[in-house]
Amino acid sequence: MGIFNIVIAGVGGQGVLLASKVLAESALASGMDVKQNEVHGMAQRGGSVISFVRIGEEVFSPVVIPGTADILISFEPLEALRYIHYLKPGGMLVYNMVTINPSTVASGLAIYPADVEEQIAKACPDAHGIDALSIAREAGNAKAVNMVMVGAVMKKLPINAEVVEGVVRAVSKDKGVDVNLRALKGGTAA
Amino acid sequence: MKKIISGNEAIALSFGDSGGVFGSGYPGTPSTETLEEVARLGVVYCEWAPNEKVALESAIGASIAGGRALATMKHVGVNVAADALLTLNHTGVNAGLILMVADDPGMHSSQNEQDSRNYAKFAKIPMLDPSNSQEAYDYVRDGFEISEQFDTPVMLRTTTRISHAKGVVEQKEKIEPKIGPWVKDVPKYVMLPNYGKIKHVEIEARLLKLQEFAENTHLNRLEMGDMSLGIITSGVAYQHVKEAYPNASILKLGLAHPLPENKIREFAGLVGRLMIVEELDAIFEEQIRAMGIRVDIGKDKIPLCGEVNADIIRAAVGDAPVESMAPITALPQRPPIFCPGCAHRGLFSILSKLKVFVSGDIGCYTLGALPPMSAMHSTICMGASISAAHGMAKVNEIAGRTDKPVAVIGDSTFFHSGITGLLSMAYNKGNALVIIMDNRTTGMTGGQENPGSGLDLLGETARQVDIAALVKVLGIDNVAELNAYNLAETEAAIKKGLETPGPYVLVDKNPCILRYRIKQPVIAVDPEKCSGCRACLKAACVALGLDAAAAGEKPKVQVDPNICNGCGVCVQLCKFDAMSATDGRQ
Repeated sequence: MGIFNIVIAGVGGQGVLLASKVLAESALASGMDVKQNEVHGMAQRGGSVISFVRIGEEVFSPVVIPGTADILISFEPLEALRYIHYLKPGGMLVYNMVTINPSTVASGLAIYPADVEEQIAKACPDAHGIDALSIAREAGNAKAVNMVMVGAVMKKLPINAEVVEGVVRAVSKDKGVDVNLRALKGGTAA
Repeated sequence: MKKIISGNEAIALSFGDSGGVFGSGYPGTPSTETLEEVARLGVVYCEWAPNEKVALESAIGASIAGGRALATMKHVGVNVAADALLTLNHTGVNAGLILMVADDPGMHSSQNEQDSRNYAKFAKIPMLDPSNSQEAYDYVRDGFEISEQFDTPVMLRTTTRISHAKGVVEQKEKIEPKIGPWVKDVPKYVMLPNYGKIKHVEIEARLLKLQEFAENTHLNRLEMGDMSLGIITSGVAYQHVKEAYPNASILKLGLAHPLPENKIREFAGLVGRLMIVEELDAIFEEQIRAMGIRVDIGKDKIPLCGEVNADIIRAAVGDAPVESMAPITALPQRPPIFCPGCAHRGLFSILSKLKVFVSGDIGCYTLGALPPMSAMHSTICMGASISAAHGMAKVNEIAGRTDKPVAVIGDSTFFHSGITGLLSMAYNKGNALVIIMDNRTTGMTGGQENPGSGLDLLGETARQVDIAALVKVLGIDNVAELNAYNLAETEAAIKKGLETPGPYVLVDKNPCILRYRIKQPVIAVDPEKCSGCRACLKAACVALGLDAAAAGEKPKVQVDPNICNGCGVCVQLCKFDAMSATDGRQ
């Protein structure tokens, strides 16, 4: 196989890192080479976050180049739009429809685009929006949005679902295992 | 066993596996997790130093006492440690010593993007430049061997995409630490001029030996393929080169300094076009051109600023980049901002209102420079807030201006290099207001312990410095406490500090809500009372937003209860009594 590129976008604090870790560990457990990379630091303070997971026989660069992502997972609609050019033609976009105001909007300096969903659909007609927050709440914890999002792309991954479940079990803290597994399943069904 | 770890984690793991004895550093993105991981692994003793100079000097002492030592820092930290480094290159080491420096091309979280390879050349010492997590692991062991073999400190350089990128690593057999003798050797360790002169000659001789070593070491690798294009590269740039041209002939330099001149000459003779791919400065290119070797593609095509990627390399060769749709522009930006509940929000609301000149510093509070606060007017480097405010005040005095500058600095930055500035202000009859935001942690790098937090890197109880007492001992008579959550009190305290002649220090002791997981009941808005005036939005809090108003009506403010931390700054900004804490607090 060639290199399978995943881009995960979101807002600092949403759990983009853990979602990336689950995907990377799952690839390793499936016997593939993997590189995972995100930019943190300043971005933790409610800023825009982007993370890359690259899977294949031998992966060189840790960075995904625009126009080459097989999957874009966005935890927030505006961030989906911000990074949508990373998708390759025919690439898959799954995004959480629950919006989070950027500080520029919260302080009245900018307006959140009311037509964000239309803009996404225009740029990527097959984009799939889900209410990850409600699914996470049903699973037992609003913070499990990241596992819902991983579940939502599961069928498109070059990795078996059982492997991903095993990794989720391994990385979850005791009480979180059941919630995270339910969130993963909820995402897969969405 | 194979595991996926970051470059920082790999360095920490290898430090424990390679006979490491002592680690010290100062937090700084992207280097921070290295020492944190050393602490978590629990194999080697490690500690946070108040700044990078102290970290390197402590590592020097550890090496002299016979223990393999590691000092970690970000690129700008080496500027602070440079005084030690540029004489450490003279003394050499007893046990191996590695200075790990993490560069930040693209400035993801830094105030500049200086290229640390300049320091290796400047100090005439070897530098290792790993291109992935496995090499980051391997080069720690190589680094200690080189350090001891050549009696030299070794720099291990990463960049953000090495430090933070995760890749597969295979661990090697563990080498047990062997602590060598602690020997008195005056001509080696006392750099009086007469001894220094001898050492300078030795440095030049050592560099020649290292150049010879560079010709044959496994660290520099030839990968011969298509001979029409030959690329010399190192670090993460190598990975981008492989991504763009997997079949090109490559001379991969694991040792970024000194360069293997013969090997480069031989390689250049074998290939058609010679290309040099390096991030930031033209360090290789300038040296290779000085060897009289023709470079066909270099910094004329590869930018001096920012990160390199496969597309930039393809374009430099003259090939078409990957086609992609145009990025959607005109989207609202999402810059980082103070966390909901952060005490900095109250302070900067008032500084913004009072329109004073704020001499700033490095930390979360630097975000006070961004709109809508726009209340920070200079930020240079660690500690500069206080010293620069002092210089401003002196010129204001000379010019007959009455405005008093305000310096804002955090606890960790104050310990790092604010204390000396404040000492100067006291000593030289200064006239600035200094606000120390003592949130009991090193916040921007993710919440590390410091001399004010009461804990050390290993999680053990530590001496906690009393900042107010320290300030008084430095010679500042006017020291008062501040509670930045109370806007009226904060305004009054700042005004008093500005009106009182001479140096004046305010200390806010509210802890970091993120580090100490503080959460208060959320704020609620009464839509009947909200006038839609937006005064509260000046708090720049992401928990606030406007509702979808009916046509012809002003949108009203709403609070997102999932995000609100209940600090109450917005409540105090509201002139219509429309906001209140849900637990009845005033």
